[in-house]
Amino acid sequence: MITRDELIAFVYHEARLLDEQRFDEWLDLFAPDGRYWMPLEYAQTDRRLTASLMDDDLFLLRLRVERLKGNRTYSQKPRSRCHHLLQQPQVDAFDAESGHYRVWTAMHYVETRQDQQDLYAAWATHDLTTVDGALRIRMKRVDLVNCDAAFGSIQLFL
Amino acid sequence: MNYRDDPAALGALVRDAEVHRDVYTDPDVFTLEMERLFAHTWIYVGHDSQVPKVGDYFGTTIGAQPVLMVRHDDATVHVLYNRCPHKGTRITTETCGNTGRFFRCPYHAWSFRTDGSPAALPLPSGYQNEAFATSQAAQGLTLVRHVHNYRGFVFAKMSDAGPGFADYFGDSLSSIDNMVDRSPAGRLEVAGGVLRYMHNCNWKMLVENQTDTCHPMVAHMSSAGTAIDLWKQAGEQNPKPMAVEIYAPFMSPYEFYEKMGIRTWDNGHGHTGVHHSIHSNYSAVPGYFDQMVAAYGEARAKAILDENRHNTIYFPNLMVKGPIQLLRLFKPLAVDRTLVESWTFRLVDAPDFMLERTLVYNRLINAPTSVVGHDDVEMYERAQEGLRSDGNKWVSLHRLFEPGEAALSVDNGTTERQMRNQYRAWARYMAVSP
Repeated sequence: MITRDELIAFVYHEARLLDEQRFDEWLDLFAPDGRYWMPLEYAQTDRRLTASLMDDDLFLLRLRVERLKGNRTYSQKPRSRCHHLLQQPQVDAFDAESGHYRVWTAMHYVETRQDQQDLYAAWATHDLTTVDGALRIRMKRVDLVNCDAAFGSIQLFL
Repeated sequence: MNYRDDPAALGALVRDAEVHRDVYTDPDVFTLEMERLFAHTWIYVGHDSQVPKVGDYFGTTIGAQPVLMVRHDDATVHVLYNRCPHKGTRITTETCGNTGRFFRCPYHAWSFRTDGSPAALPLPSGYQNEAFATSQAAQGLTLVRHVHNYRGFVFAKMSDAGPGFADYFGDSLSSIDNMVDRSPAGRLEVAGGVLRYMHNCNWKMLVENQTDTCHPMVAHMSSAGTAIDLWKQAGEQNPKPMAVEIYAPFMSPYEFYEKMGIRTWDNGHGHTGVHHSIHSNYSAVPGYFDQMVAAYGEARAKAILDENRHNTIYFPNLMVKGPIQLLRLFKPLAVDRTLVESWTFRLVDAPDFMLERTLVYNRLINAPTSVVGHDDVEMYERAQEGLRSDGNKWVSLHRLFEPGEAALSVDNGTTERQMRNQYRAWARYMAVSP
């Protein structure tokens, strides 16, 4: 039986895995059909005929993670680091019967590489479900406050 | 070096098969590019589908100049300098929108028709003086005088000097033709949203990279190579995921790119993918070919779809991908700062899936979150840093160089001839004082 506290702890744990660059463990948090979506437009609803900054299934997420490890991944020589600062996650939907949970989290995210430090502000919406009793991500939606601004490279994960 | 007053020094920056690092690093050269190159050549402004209705406007830049594109009440598209003639206030209130029949400055309510001509200003009795009547302020919004709408693609030239539109582009317009012809209705519409990616490098590095066919299998091994590895590990399931279909051709061997071919035209234009390209083997979209046959007949439909040009450079700062209806505009912000805008188009009357695939390509390759983009930016920014070195002040463009080479040619697809072609045009337009 999932509790609200577990949902909140899950979101904190996910951010910690990213900050500690434990990307393989992070991928394990996704359901087999899980996705990571970063819209391009404010309050975007369509993913198909409207562009997005990211709209990754597990194959594309794994590609990013494997690429980060690569010997010839020159944009990661030296490596980037990241830091998530989360507000207390808020449980927006809790439906134990259908196994659908939604958690909303405001955050500041810092990504650094060499002398460069970039700050992003965003809201994360986690649609969670259970797979074999464990919480898993069906959809992690990350809405950047300035989603339609021009950005430099964002190489890790908000 | 004072390049402004020393034409010989400016001319000496470009050799037959080498360019001096100052073309990428010297702020004065950048200023001269804005004054000369971007004034005397035809620069892409936008697509007329962005301003379909009378009064629709879109704000952008030509080189360093803020401009707007607007649909006038006679249905023509005008390009205006985007500043009120009074105090200089930007006249558009948003990036794009509809202004009705008039632009009204939000500062003092001076208003103008959508061809720039003055319409009204408050308290006009205060302007009953000769000095105002003869000033530029009384003339209204300043028009960019040379504007050409080619099948929806709006280009402008700021200076009276420089070639006419048809002379400037010549046969290179065939790449735009192919992109438009791929619509059964013969029309395109901007769709899906623009991806904007900031680069800390000179704009010309991006333009050169569009016809650089010797980097994908090296620089993109980390991304495209990993995509292929993961797909193989997964057992090469069928159908091939769209992401693999898009990424995998980047890892094609040198021979693929050699046989692809490069065509060059006068004035710095040219394209890769004369015979085939990374876009040649995308899976067929159900229903689309039948629509094309209905619109054009079978022979013509096949001819249109068999043309799979890879990247076409419209010198100086536009790249067009006809087969997937995508363009990239390399906007120079400073000598070491460039904004890349990647725009996508819907083929009017074609299946939605065509746009969907184009958007996936744009996201996977051109977004600030794109692993392929990360590979490329790293190389540009390393070059911007490395070019500060005094140990060697020249950039090599020697690959498959032939002395006395002409502008018009079709060549081995790994040549750096198109880059040399761009710099010949660059030197010519930079030599002209405004």
